[in-house]
Amino acid sequence: MARLTVNGRAHDVDVDSDTPLLWVLRDTLGLMGTKYGCGIAQCGACTVHVDGTPMRSCSLPVSAVAHKQITTIEGLGSNGALHSVQKAWLDLDVPQCGYCQSGMMMAVAALLKDKPSPSDAEIDAAITNICRCGTYQRIRAAIHAAAGRRVSGMSSQ
Amino acid sequence: MSRVAHFDRRSFLASVAAIGGALALGFEIPFGPRAIHASSFRREITAWIVIEPDETVIIRVAKSEMGQGSFTALPMLVAEELDCDWSKVKAEFAPPHENRRRDRVWGNMSTGASRSISASQNDLRRAGATARAMLIAAAAARWNVPDAECAAAQGVITHLPSGRNITFGRIAAAAADIAPPAQVALKEPKDWTLIGTRQRRFDVPDKITGKPIYAIDVQLPNMLYAAIVQCPVFKSALKSVDETKLADMKGIRHVVKQPDAVAVVADSWWRAKKAAEALPVTWDFGDNSGVSSATIRAQLHAGLGAADARVGRSDGDVDRALGQAVKRIEADYEVPFLAHATMEPQNCTAHVTADLVEIWAPTQDGETALAIAAHAAGVPPSKVVVHKMMLGGGFGRRGIFQDFVRQAVLIAKEVGQPVKLVWTREEDMRHDFYRPVATARMTAGLDANGMPVAWKIRTAGQSIIAAVSPRVMQFGVDRNFLQGLLEDMPYDVPNYLVDFAMRNTHVPVGVWRSVNHSQNAFFKESFVDEMAYAVGADPYLFRRKLLAKKPKELAVLEAAATHAGWGTSQPQGVFRGIALHNSQNSICAQVVEASVATDGKVRVHRVVSAIDPGHVVNPLTAELQTESAVVYGLTAALYGEITISDGRVEQANFHDYPMLRLAEMPRVETVIVASGGFWGGIGETAVPPLAPALCNAIFSATGKRIRSLPLKNHDLRSA
Repeated sequence: MARLTVNGRAHDVDVDSDTPLLWVLRDTLGLMGTKYGCGIAQCGACTVHVDGTPMRSCSLPVSAVAHKQITTIEGLGSNGALHSVQKAWLDLDVPQCGYCQSGMMMAVAALLKDKPSPSDAEIDAAITNICRCGTYQRIRAAIHAAAGRRVSGMSSQ
Repeated sequence: MSRVAHFDRRSFLASVAAIGGALALGFEIPFGPRAIHASSFRREITAWIVIEPDETVIIRVAKSEMGQGSFTALPMLVAEELDCDWSKVKAEFAPPHENRRRDRVWGNMSTGASRSISASQNDLRRAGATARAMLIAAAAARWNVPDAECAAAQGVITHLPSGRNITFGRIAAAAADIAPPAQVALKEPKDWTLIGTRQRRFDVPDKITGKPIYAIDVQLPNMLYAAIVQCPVFKSALKSVDETKLADMKGIRHVVKQPDAVAVVADSWWRAKKAAEALPVTWDFGDNSGVSSATIRAQLHAGLGAADARVGRSDGDVDRALGQAVKRIEADYEVPFLAHATMEPQNCTAHVTADLVEIWAPTQDGETALAIAAHAAGVPPSKVVVHKMMLGGGFGRRGIFQDFVRQAVLIAKEVGQPVKLVWTREEDMRHDFYRPVATARMTAGLDANGMPVAWKIRTAGQSIIAAVSPRVMQFGVDRNFLQGLLEDMPYDVPNYLVDFAMRNTHVPVGVWRSVNHSQNAFFKESFVDEMAYAVGADPYLFRRKLLAKKPKELAVLEAAATHAGWGTSQPQGVFRGIALHNSQNSICAQVVEASVATDGKVRVHRVVSAIDPGHVVNPLTAELQTESAVVYGLTAALYGEITISDGRVEQANFHDYPMLRLAEMPRVETVIVASGGFWGGIGETAVPPLAPALCNAIFSATGKRIRSLPLKNHDLRSA
């Protein structure tokens, strides 16, 4: 039994302690937005935030995240509104098949929290997720757009 | 607890053919009465369109959506002729089982070969025009005026003389009772207002919010989970399984044996996977465990000089012309097997009861999925329901062969509960239907003017058609293997011969984004560059001369070169390469700008693609697909290689079958040169020229001619 807080809600889950967080999210809690791609932390389709840090949940045993704050794509926006990264993804029609994009957006949201206006080099270093449809050009543009939105959003307050 | 489920390949193929699978050719879409009212719960105006009282226009999509944008572009074709308000349109998948029940009213559901638009545009536009005529007829009847005095625009019908009007939503119920006209006129392309405009994709909102839209996301009451282990050596068999080893593992419910695989079913996928990996399995590897990439390479190279090749195209007298040529050049090329590596691994959820077989599948062809499910369950096709889900990538992996559907149904039948089968990435990598290995020997004879007078191409490699449907071979040769080198060869060379020595292996092959074009474009376009350099010509100007009688190809080549600034100065260390290839009935030329560092590292800075697909429906998705194809081709050129050892695939996951990542992404620019008058594909066309354009740039940079892929195997360090 492990206690997790996912998207602000506490859950007690009865799973084997070596179960990766990915499968707890998907098969125990029914949060299907976080995806299985490789199982070895290569592709990043399973990226979630653990206490605000982007982590590859396919390789993270549930025992390691007990009592931690976990955010998934379903909890990225707030109060029913899209997160600035999701808005940028929508505006620039980033997804094609879309399968990798939850993990991609979670990685980007964490990057922007850390570095509100990342350079291309910082983006290259931080965003190592795989997109087989090759949406990288639009991903880069959307990251810059989201960074701009964040800046203008802050200035208007 | 377990039993072996028998699988008969011949009857499987027969059942696919009977239902109308991926290879079915030619179909008629009826718009007559049987297409109307066939669905009792919704008021259709043709089988493609439902208009709700709130003005929502629902347009059915027969093809699968795997990222290519058909879910948006296909409804645009209907809406153009319907003259509805595009902002009111919603798309939904037409169900494969309904298609079967309704005499294939939505036609062939197979989604591939970049032909979703080209193969269905006429039917979709006719459906829109037919429905518009029915809506107008219903309005005219209500007003008791001639149809000809009424016009439709933006979802409103207006009686022109009086100015009376009515919305589609208010007249739709009456229109559903109108007999469809036998003939409808379609708009001239110059009158299109929606086709050719950039429209947002319908599928993006669900894809940015993590909605459970993929087959792998399906959840059913009482559902169990299956993991599978397939025989590592292809075409061999399961001998035995020691189930006692699982006795202490929690949550394990069933072990299901199949002829070439064993599945473990558990109350969670993690438990199923752990047990499947722990399960001691004995295989009968058969005769193929000695096969390796080296033996396959020797087999193919022997084909380059063999006497059993079949001719695909022969013009003039190539041997005589080669004998008379001023200059003769020859080179051998080769390319490896490639995996599709869809981001969503193969999976399928199935529920088999006495009355019904229900599946949820990532399928590029719901009708083939239905046929496979019926065969596996041993029930008539009328007892199968197929839920088409969004695909996490397709690229040809999930169309003709849907092994994951067969497996899931066999498991669910034995278990008696809904079961979700999910392959691990490792199973996915090692049990694909790979792009075939291929090799080519190129020989050219050039005249005193530096132009080729003879070109001989001998190819050897593995045939997809031989595995899928041998009867499709025409004139005893697999013309599919020679894609891009037959009548679709754009260059005029008076004495030309291309032939094929078929060399099949035990490794399963299938269609991989652009099928055989990516191999043949690499051979052809690299060698055209070799010809140009052999006579000291500029590769772009040399191609221009060869295309003197091909104005469309010439225009595309020129567009790419002009946009890229061919012949203008470029940054220090950056070099350009160019290539042109026709595929999927479209033309694509690319200019790649690349540099090679002193340590041999290749960096691609910019890729310009010019494409002529005839008509373009949605320029947005055309650009997206071109960007995608560039990355797919670049990943293959740099890294893509599936190797064989001891009869099995050596690669397992993304650490040893790497993908291009964001940091390596070049700037990609797309120039659409839509010349009109034909309907070509867009999803694959930019894949084939990428590798040769890149390798031609590398030659320009280093003087090293790349004749085999991937590039990671070449030492490009400066001397």
